[in-house]
Amino acid sequence: MDFQSCVNIKKEWDIVGARQLGRDIAKKIGFGTVDQARIATAISELARNIYLYAGTGKVCFEAIEDINERGLRIVAMDEGPGIRDVSQVMEDGFSTSGGLGAGLPGVKRLMDDFDVISRQGEGTEVRVVKWLR
Amino acid sequence: MRIPILKLHNYLLISIQIDLDDQTAIQFQEDLLSKIHESGSTGVVIDLTSVDIIDSFIAKVLGDVVSMSDLMGAKVVLTGIQPAVAMTLIDLGIHLQDVPTALDLEQGLIKLRQELEE
Ligand SMILES: Nc1ncnc2c1ncn2[C@@H]1O[C@H](COP(=O)(O)OP(=O)(O)OP(=O)(O)O)[C@@H](O)[C@H]1O
Ligand SMILES: [Mg+2]
Repeated sequence: MDFQSCVNIKKEWDIVGARQLGRDIAKKIGFGTVDQARIATAISELARNIYLYAGTGKVCFEAIEDINERGLRIVAMDEGPGIRDVSQVMEDGFSTSGGLGAGLPGVKRLMDDFDVISRQGEGTEVRVVKWLR
Repeated sequence: MRIPILKLHNYLLISIQIDLDDQTAIQFQEDLLSKIHESGSTGVVIDLTSVDIIDSFIAKVLGDVVSMSDLMGAKVVLTGIQPAVAMTLIDLGIHLQDVPTALDLEQGLIKLRQELEE
């Protein structure tokens, strides 16, 4: 079961679509209910950030099935305004939109691996992985 | 989509049975506040037994609904938060500390009655 599927984020409802698909994939890989909830929540945060700050973008899923490691990789990418100071947005409570500012630091805690690549004016890519234990 | 709000004596009961999108969550916030206003209810139970994801946005809406209802004079209790949802909320850094909670609908009603009698 090696696949890559993406959900385009264009309208608000796509946030729900992305997290539902992500949860289904997580379930198929064999994640338990708590990790399924963590994964779905992380996807929701990443998809909402795309919708709010970049307008459009996509969230892609990839099942990782190596001999000794299994997991789910999620990549959220957009061609929006980018993030000026990545270390600042990783602080709990930092928000430019009146949100809780829990999104990105929360995603980092919910997942195992976390990377943000962002260039101002070019876009943002957030790559996260949850490993199956 | 709209979430039904039931009235029972002085209380309002809501059981959220769907995967909440942002628009539905905001609509629910408005609907609940106007329902409190028109019915004069003093207590509200929001049952989350069937909710399997609460992200930062929904958490904010729920937290806000509790404070707003409080301002209007109605106590809100959240009930039935699933274990997986509770764990996820803590990972997100959301503690909902000032929000009254109870194990299930029945406990929620008991809690409301106690709070309102104090
Ligand atoms: N894809 C993105 N493109 C551009 N800026 C972004 C993107 N994602 C996040 N940001 C910036 O990073 C900040 C922090 O994001 P984070 O998700 O942590 O909090 P928030 O969205 O403001 O609030 P919350 O997610 O708690 O509702 C945002 O306010 C925004 O300025
Ligand atoms: Mg966010």
